[in-house]
Amino acid sequence: MSGARRPRVAVVVFPGSNCDRDAMAAVEVAGGEAAPVWHASHDLGGCAAVILPGGFSYGDYLRAGAMAAHSPVMQAVRRHAADGGAVLGICNGFQILLEVGLLPGAMLMNRTLRFICREVFLRVERTDVPMLRHLRKGKVLRLPIAHKEGNWFAEPEVVDWLESQGAVALRYCDEDGRPGEGVNPNGALNDVAGLVNADGNVLGMMPHPERRVGSLLGGSDGLAIIRGLVEVA
Amino acid sequence: MLVEVRVQLKKEVLDPQGEAIRRVLTGLGFAEVSRVRVGKLMLLEVEGGDAESVRARVEAAARDLLSNPVIEDFEVRVP
Repeated sequence: MSGARRPRVAVVVFPGSNCDRDAMAAVEVAGGEAAPVWHASHDLGGCAAVILPGGFSYGDYLRAGAMAAHSPVMQAVRRHAADGGAVLGICNGFQILLEVGLLPGAMLMNRTLRFICREVFLRVERTDVPMLRHLRKGKVLRLPIAHKEGNWFAEPEVVDWLESQGAVALRYCDEDGRPGEGVNPNGALNDVAGLVNADGNVLGMMPHPERRVGSLLGGSDGLAIIRGLVEVA
Repeated sequence: MLVEVRVQLKKEVLDPQGEAIRRVLTGLGFAEVSRVRVGKLMLLEVEGGDAESVRARVEAAARDLLSNPVIEDFEVRVP
């Protein structure tokens, strides 16, 4: 353990979060110091980056992420994002980012109506944003998903506009990086697995990078993303 | 007063749940059912106020929390 200060990353804990401990462990693996921040908090404890982890915040009552979007800590997350601070929303965290409007669109129930828990392949579409800068454009990642509401939707003209802006950061594909029928697990429009905002500091993704940060966990394809986040903290 | 808020997926949004129900209904012999859309009905007990102000408040609540305008429409019914 060196004496150097490690970058501090806030991991927001909502009632019903269940990937918060995994996210904190992943931050530590990536060289950061993880600080849990309770949903009722009005600030992020001075952290320069934040993770909204997966789970079932507020029991997913009403709509996934809808109640969490109105919790006190999300005001702090909004201010943090507006100031250019890094925000990574994973799974339920992505759903929350959509509900607060930090990212566009909404999640519908999976096309199959089932909770899907398995590994998927995704293609990296953007590498010019901090959280994805350790990846190569077109690289195929293998990461697990575990959700029932990952069927991303937006109006057709909104989808076209987002594509023209390069907002789709991660896209479901096959193991060779090809999109198409059969590789999209949930019905998300344009195979959207992850979106990034215009300033590049807010990333939402349905797959779980924090579950793949070492060989004991079945792979380390998620580590580069967590490392990208820790390094801007 | 008891106020109803009905939240429905927008017409252009696919409703796989409604479609699954329709298929089972067809299997049960209700072949005349050509479409099913599943929504939510919320009943809000609201204290005080006249019908118009209650409607305005509940519509604001529906916009802020009870519905997601990206995928859903809502309708408020005040007695």
